[in-house]
Amino acid sequence: MNYNWNWGIFWEASPEGAGSYLDMLLQGLATTLAVAALAWVLAFTCGSAVGIMRTMPGRVAPLLASCWIELFRNVPLLVQLFLWYFVLPELLPAAAGTWLKQLPNASFATAVVGIGLYMSARMAVQLSAGIGALPAGQRAAGTALGLTPVQTYRYVLLPVAYRIILPPMTSDMLATLKNTSVALTIGLAELTARARSMQEFSFQVFEAYAAATLAYGAISLVVTLAARLLERRLRIPGFGTA
Amino acid sequence: MSAFDFDVIGRSLSYVLLTGLRFTLLLTLLSAAGGLLLGTLLALLRLSGNPVLGWLAAAYVNLVRSLPLVLVIFWFFFLVPYLAQWLTGARRPVQVGAFASALITFIVFEAAYFSEIIRAGIGSIARGQSLAGLAIGLRPWQVTRYVVLPQVFRIMAPVMLTQTIILFQDTSLVYVLGLVDLLGAASQVAQRDGRLVEMYLFVAVVYFVISFTASRGVARLQTAVAVPR
Repeated sequence: MNYNWNWGIFWEASPEGAGSYLDMLLQGLATTLAVAALAWVLAFTCGSAVGIMRTMPGRVAPLLASCWIELFRNVPLLVQLFLWYFVLPELLPAAAGTWLKQLPNASFATAVVGIGLYMSARMAVQLSAGIGALPAGQRAAGTALGLTPVQTYRYVLLPVAYRIILPPMTSDMLATLKNTSVALTIGLAELTARARSMQEFSFQVFEAYAAATLAYGAISLVVTLAARLLERRLRIPGFGTA
Repeated sequence: MSAFDFDVIGRSLSYVLLTGLRFTLLLTLLSAAGGLLLGTLLALLRLSGNPVLGWLAAAYVNLVRSLPLVLVIFWFFFLVPYLAQWLTGARRPVQVGAFASALITFIVFEAAYFSEIIRAGIGSIARGQSLAGLAIGLRPWQVTRYVVLPQVFRIMAPVMLTQTIILFQDTSLVYVLGLVDLLGAASQVAQRDGRLVEMYLFVAVVYFVISFTASRGVARLQTAVAVPR
């Protein structure tokens, strides 16, 4: 291979004027983590609400929940981000659209909302499957004890359902993290985008992507281990898979 | 805000669908087929009992699954020419073209996900099946080929098809290489005519209709092909 390796490149100054290439990548990593964390909070909140709605009695709430899920699940994330970023400001009244476009961190906010809502559909599916996996007697027992529907969910169904879906939730969390890289298409300077600009400035393709690979791998490892620990901590003897 | 101009969709329909959508579907089908083949191989290596091969396959699958697809696309876009040079013994990196590069990327990426599906499928086959195969005198590879895998593909068909629908949506990411897939074609028209709203909404609808119809079909298949157990 006639490729000039130069691992010292990370300590050379980047042409962006903000320190070395390493600093540039670390800034990207920070953006990635911030977007992933905020998007995950949004996905968890909306996804829980929609997932609960999907299991509620009656027909209206489950139907609305299904519409939400199908809508966000069947359009590629990249297209959804384009819709939020390029299309939404044009559909709003002129003043609101201009305000949106002029937000100082428009791509950051768009990434959080777009990725968060996209992942909320998956979260909703997981949670409703978790609630569905509980024996029907659980809900009936809650009602028989005189709990209101809200109390039944809060104290009977959800505590166990969340524990059941902890493993798939972990992969969703990692998917959220990986999906932040799609936001480079709307100009978000996250980790992959930083690695790409480092490659463009320095021509050290493989060093740049190797560093990004290492960072993503390390985060995945930490999240996976933390989730395993959490699973063990939260286990209720006699419930779920031993 | 200027008025909608839905005419732009009609004017560019043949380009967006015949060039763009065709590319997307072709890439999806070829990647799914290649990914399934390579993924099956990885799953078999992992369960082969050979510690070195098993470890290598596991390391590969876990590494790829921890990386964002966009990063993998960039990796291969630059790596494939060097790999081709190494394989063919050429003196310079070989330019393979963006489509070949994208196809290799998706096969290699999807293989990791398909291998997990196949592995789960193999795990769900009762152990007595393999033992019975061996007992009637089949060789281990014959047991895999004629007893285990046919059942795995049948049980896992819905999951593999769902993965293919996800792959169909993921192919939109070739946008970062400037390839003309469904989204790329629409994006070109959108920017040429200044009609982002109409074109991106149209693309979203096309993706939605195809994915939604396909996932409904998979749900039906799920009940139809279920192996009575």
